[in-house]
Amino acid sequence: MIRYLIVFALSLFLIGPALAAGGAVELTKRDWSFNGPFGTFDKAAMQRGFQVYREVCAGCHSMKYIAFRNFADLGYNESEIKALAAEYEVEDGPNDDGEMFIRAGIPADRMPSPYPNDNAARAGNGGALPPDLSLIAKARANGPDYLYSLLVGYKDAPSDTSVPDGMYYNNAYSGNLIAMPQPLYGDDVTYADGTTASIEVMSADLTQFLMWAAEPKLEARKRIGVAVVFFLSVFVILSILAKRRVWADVH
Amino acid sequence: MSAEKFQNPVVRWIDHRLPIFSMLDHEKYDYPVPKNLNYMWNFGVLAGLSLAIMIITGIVLAMSYTAHVDYAFEAVERIMRDVNHGWMIRYIHMNAASFFFIVVYIHIFRGLYYGSYKAPRELLWILGVVIFLLMMATAFMGYVLPWGQMSFWGATVITNLFSAIPVVGDSIVTLLWGGFSVDNPTLNRFFSLHYLMPFVIAGVVVLHIIALHRFGSNNPIGIDASGPQDTISFHPYYTMKDMVGIAVFLLLLAIAVFFFPNAMGHPDNYIPANPLQTPAHIVPEWYFLPFYAILRAVPDKLGGVLLMFGAIAVLFVLPWLDRSPVRSARFRPLFRIFFWLLLIDAVALGYLGGKPAEGIYVVLSRIATAWYFLHFLVILPLLSVFETTKPLPKSISEPVLSRSKSANAPLGAGLEPAE
Ligand code: HEC
Ligand code: HEM
Repeated sequence: MIRYLIVFALSLFLIGPALAAGGAVELTKRDWSFNGPFGTFDKAAMQRGFQVYREVCAGCHSMKYIAFRNFADLGYNESEIKALAAEYEVEDGPNDDGEMFIRAGIPADRMPSPYPNDNAARAGNGGALPPDLSLIAKARANGPDYLYSLLVGYKDAPSDTSVPDGMYYNNAYSGNLIAMPQPLYGDDVTYADGTTASIEVMSADLTQFLMWAAEPKLEARKRIGVAVVFFLSVFVILSILAKRRVWADVH
Repeated sequence: MSAEKFQNPVVRWIDHRLPIFSMLDHEKYDYPVPKNLNYMWNFGVLAGLSLAIMIITGIVLAMSYTAHVDYAFEAVERIMRDVNHGWMIRYIHMNAASFFFIVVYIHIFRGLYYGSYKAPRELLWILGVVIFLLMMATAFMGYVLPWGQMSFWGATVITNLFSAIPVVGDSIVTLLWGGFSVDNPTLNRFFSLHYLMPFVIAGVVVLHIIALHRFGSNNPIGIDASGPQDTISFHPYYTMKDMVGIAVFLLLLAIAVFFFPNAMGHPDNYIPANPLQTPAHIVPEWYFLPFYAILRAVPDKLGGVLLMFGAIAVLFVLPWLDRSPVRSARFRPLFRIFFWLLLIDAVALGYLGGKPAEGIYVVLSRIATAWYFLHFLVILPLLSVFETTKPLPKSISEPVLSRSKSANAPLGAGLEPAE
């Protein structure tokens, strides 16, 4: 049984992807720095991605699960984070008089949302809801490749497709008609480190940033994973040796 | 049972009054196990290990979880981001659930292949099917807790099935929901039950093991041990052999947890539940897909539900459907072929369950469903009568001995029965 079962499992492994393939849209596959067992984030790219988010996407999209203190992961130090948080206004309260009040942000605050609620967000976007981006990289199949493809995917609609008002044609979006106007055209931001802000670079930077936002513990996970897998591999070998030794006298 | 065999005076004092050490000792050394068990016999212990992992990680998760529709999704994100190593605990709980099902599916198919469900192990088998049912209920309710889109819509689709039951259906659904749709009361009762059920499973596992120890393990040849020359003690032989299985299991689990933690999940569950927006495809967790395919293969809702439960019901009566006196498939050439066809059929059902219910997929689901029932209800009873089985060896030792003689033969040659 075991031999056949192994053959069976292997053949499933081989034909499985063939059966699963054949999605509707073509994604651009990229070799992200965070892929693979030793993958890590590119801090410079994440900082640039954050800049694009702030200057372009944050007008419509919230990132509710990210607090300013989390930006330490991007390589900012404590005083930079304090200064960054202070640039935002946060509602707090009630104070001793029972009033809500506005104060400058502190590192413990989460990033404020552009709209007070979903209905306001819809009203501001022709009825479509710009989703929160904190988890978007995990909330779509092949998240990073999808995000990149989506951001570079705005094209002229083929002549046989009519694009209704308030909709835009996008290669990567399922159904091809998305309610988000093309957010990036190139040179939408000026990078402090002098990197050319082409649409591809900005999209890749945003993808790094959004992947980090969705999976902030990715680096720790892989680092611990390598150690655990190494340890368990030794455990496998030792247990096989021990088992052979114990069984040597059984016939 | 004397306590004299223990050196430690504390152990001896306790054992004299509460003979737990004698009991453990008895299990370890005096419990005879057939000496020819192969690695397929690791999966019972692995199932137990999975259950332990689920209970331990689950209790830790519950410390930071909030069962409320407004906070559940957020609570899980806090576990992932702010609780120390919370991400690890959650990813282990998520992936170990899938591994638990992989292990139990192999465990069940092991039983099917070697005829472990046959007399005198019918009750042992039935308790196993009870465990399997309880596991499915537990996993289903657990998947609702993070309150993502698939949590919500999966719960809605599955609980709605019960409305197909005549007369009492709607009342049952209202009871499950605690209201008139999947909502906060549903989440609360699911959390409560999700916490309770694993301990019920643990209880049934104890019964399962008591039943196992009554007649001991079956073995790849499927004949009873005829004397001490056929058996060895559990410790150290099977403890060491199980150790190999445990090591490999943990290694594979670690690879999933640390490098592909979301591969067996659905991306939609990272979107907070939204009762106003139905996802494009509602699919349950992968381990339910074969049953989901059976459900959708039938055009009638009640019929689908009945068939889906029927798929498990046939397992309960399996010991009386397959009446062949020969247990192991090694000596049943035809049964063996049908066994592999059934496995292919089950995998095909799993594949089809994940596809939209349209066109060719529906046709294939119907064929695969029909084959599933045909196998249990027609083929097995017929085989019990018409199959010519190969001659059985006289004892477990006989083929084991001949195997060690042919040690130079090509891989696996020794696995054939000696004649
Ligand atoms: C003018 C407002 C606006 C801006 C600016 C904007 N978006 Fe959007 N975005 C939307 C709307 C509206 C939707 C919903 C589209 C739909 O449902 O068709 C959306 C949807 C999305 C989606 C989800 C697509 C899917 O698969 O459902 C992603 C990802 C996204 N935006 C990323 C971005 C990024 C990254 C930026 C910054 C470069 C950005 N958006 C800037 C309005 C905006
Ligand atoms: C929580 C889930 C389960 C646990 C912890 C568990 C545990 C065990 C253990 C420890 C054994 C000892 C033998 C071995 O290692 O294979 C065993 C045997 C067995 N189990 Fe399970 N089991 C579980 C689920 C099931 C299910 C779902 C079935 C079948 C539907 C099943 C059927 C059997 C049978 C028939 C045996 C006897 C095997 C033999 O001796 O050939 N078990 N179980």
